[in-house]
Amino acid sequence: MKSYIPPQFTVERDDRRCNMCRICIEECSFGVHYYDEKRKTMGAREERCVGCHRCSAFCPTRALTIRTHPAEFRPNANWRPEFILDIKKQAETGGIVLTGMGCDKPYRIYWDHLVLNASQVTNPSIDPLREPMELRTYLGRRPDRLELTDDREGGRPAARLAGRPGGFDLPDVPPDGASSAPSPVKVEVPILLAAMSFGAVSFQVHKALMQAAQEIGTLCNTGEGGWPAELRGFGRHVIVQCASGRFGVDADYLNEAAIVEIKIGQGAKPGIGGHLPGEKVTEAVARTRMIPPGTDALSPAPQHDIYSIEDLAMLIYALKEATNYEKPVAVKIAAVHNAAAIASGIVRAGADIVVLDGFRGGTGAAPKIIRDNVGIPIELALASVDARLRAEGIRHEASIIASGGFRNSADVLKAIALGADAVYIGTAALIAMGCTLCQQCYTGKCAWGIAASDPKLTERLDPDVAARRVVNLINGWSLEIKEMLGGMGINAIESLRGNRLHLRGIGLEDWELEVLGVRGAGT
Amino acid sequence: MTWYGVGACDYAADPDEGRGEGRGDGNSREAATRRVFSDETGVLTVDAQGLTYRELNHVLRAHVRDRARAIAIRNVAGQRYIGTNLRCPISVEIHGTPGSDLGAFMDGPKLTVFGNAQDCVGNTMTSGEIVVHGRAGDVVAMSMRGGAIFIRDDVGSRCAIHMKEYGDRKPLVVIGGTAHDFLGEYMAGGTVIVLGLGLAPGEGHRACFIGTGMHGGRIFIRGSIEAHQLGREVEVVDPDSRDQETIMCAVERFCTLFGTDFDEIANSRFLKLHPRSHRPYGRFYAARDPGG
Repeated sequence: MKSYIPPQFTVERDDRRCNMCRICIEECSFGVHYYDEKRKTMGAREERCVGCHRCSAFCPTRALTIRTHPAEFRPNANWRPEFILDIKKQAETGGIVLTGMGCDKPYRIYWDHLVLNASQVTNPSIDPLREPMELRTYLGRRPDRLELTDDREGGRPAARLAGRPGGFDLPDVPPDGASSAPSPVKVEVPILLAAMSFGAVSFQVHKALMQAAQEIGTLCNTGEGGWPAELRGFGRHVIVQCASGRFGVDADYLNEAAIVEIKIGQGAKPGIGGHLPGEKVTEAVARTRMIPPGTDALSPAPQHDIYSIEDLAMLIYALKEATNYEKPVAVKIAAVHNAAAIASGIVRAGADIVVLDGFRGGTGAAPKIIRDNVGIPIELALASVDARLRAEGIRHEASIIASGGFRNSADVLKAIALGADAVYIGTAALIAMGCTLCQQCYTGKCAWGIAASDPKLTERLDPDVAARRVVNLINGWSLEIKEMLGGMGINAIESLRGNRLHLRGIGLEDWELEVLGVRGAGT
Repeated sequence: MTWYGVGACDYAADPDEGRGEGRGDGNSREAATRRVFSDETGVLTVDAQGLTYRELNHVLRAHVRDRARAIAIRNVAGQRYIGTNLRCPISVEIHGTPGSDLGAFMDGPKLTVFGNAQDCVGNTMTSGEIVVHGRAGDVVAMSMRGGAIFIRDDVGSRCAIHMKEYGDRKPLVVIGGTAHDFLGEYMAGGTVIVLGLGLAPGEGHRACFIGTGMHGGRIFIRGSIEAHQLGREVEVVDPDSRDQETIMCAVERFCTLFGTDFDEIANSRFLKLHPRSHRPYGRFYAARDPGG
């Protein structure tokens, strides 16, 4: 069948600069560039170009420019080009249109309508270059209260931390004298590296993220594709996921990590499972996921042992039993309409951390129709969950990690002011490594060697260099966060947490201000 | 405090339950340990009466640390997670009704239940053996990746969902009776054998959607099933000689465990359910090369 799908990008080659070194042919994993032997010229199959800019970045003479293709359909506000192209694609294949990365639609981005405060006259701002500034964050359940008892025989009062079930007051059989609740996990910055599974991203990416987490003193999430044996040494900086596919989950996997996260949903594809196509299930991926090589790795939509909050409690405590009550258990959900009530149930079910993933969160593969139409923005979900947990008096029982499309340090700081204890960054970390958001992750052809399994592509990414880029990014954001905090007259991130008085809204409707719990600017 | 959404309903192994007794006296560990004695056979006996799952499992772990080889638990009434995190080949006899998630994430022990089991037996189990002298509830052997489970009677729905195998880790589930719907759903590896022993002559299995989404492993069924009971992703074939060997080996173990007549089962016909493809959903997507 002839394809009616027009090229999306055009390749401009400056012939005065091009020396026909053919590096572009090597670099393009989509087969765009070619050398025409007869005419002795370079050519481009533009219909294959995805706009990833790998060729232009590596062209030694800067002869290549990739532009959006100028050809346009007749303008039509309803039948926009995207819909026309998707229809053509489906007419030619009869399948679900897949995509990669987070929702790219122009829904309102609330970060762009929130502004931060700064001190003027009435309290002094702080210069972080001279004064200590605390970004350290602890993730996990906090006690309800400190109980003091008068221990007459010992001659001094004894103190004990006390709390609700699931935490400190569980049947007092502390294993090996340990506290009944796990100690919160310390991170030096409130920025964690988001779940990206081995298989969806390469081994090199996994290694780079774990190295970066270790260097920064933060945590990196394995995603649901298991934890490669070669990377087990990073355990203190690793969050492992227990998702519907249970890939690579065994007793060692759970016990060697710092935190165990139950993945219920993902912001990019709430309510659905995932299919890692068989061609990406290489020997190493198969070994790590504990499935036969070459088979589809199917993650069912629900976890079939969880059909209710009570069932969730059962899995949370199964994981706590399996890890001797030493690890905080996190539960990750996609931000959906009822997130606040669901989060309340999650905390009451015994989770130590609630993870909210907004609809701009990335993915290695999702049906485009789901990615672009299901779920809600992280800003609204985060604000409503934080408010609900506070109203119910259980906010201290779990930390909140927000996730889904954080673009810069201001987004992070605004999220913390809205109530997050920390954030996950995934897309930003990949962009630091080279990703240009071409959204072709699901093809396995990532020219930047990130969302790839073919060794020819994955070896393009040096884990040490990629880790350095991620460390640099988070260090840069940390400096900016300290500057902004200092400007507010705050010297510890803890003081900003849930402190919405430091936010004001611009250009927002009343209902939006109400959900966000912030006042309009100027009031 | 009311447990969220549960209220006062019977939740014997729930963390809420027993909180009252655990708190206050501060001696529950001691109390639990007092329930232990050794009988002449060298088997440690634990009386689970009144113990929460956490207390019971703690006691079991303490005995494992003390190098116990075999434990018998009496009066088990709904305590969950028995066998989880024991991590050694200890033998545990369970008298009564264990709660859900029996042997969840289990790695090593051999559990024998003299009674029925509840839901999620062998959830994400790594290795070891679970033998149930009775029936088991839903979602038996979910995501199991090694070891063996033998259930004497029937199991509920979604048995062996997403069971996996890799290399020499090949999980085995043998069901003496019949199974309910969605048997072997999403199955990615391992072996399920359904013996149909409780069925009357001429009576077929009733499960529907058998092997829906199955893309690896094998299901052997003794007794009849109709085509409409199968998921779209499986086909029925006759077991080959290697399959017969697998079946007979498992059946022999089953018969030894439960004292069933081996010859009666060995001489009957088994059907093999086999995934049509390792890539059941490969064609669901408009996955042409982008732009071309």
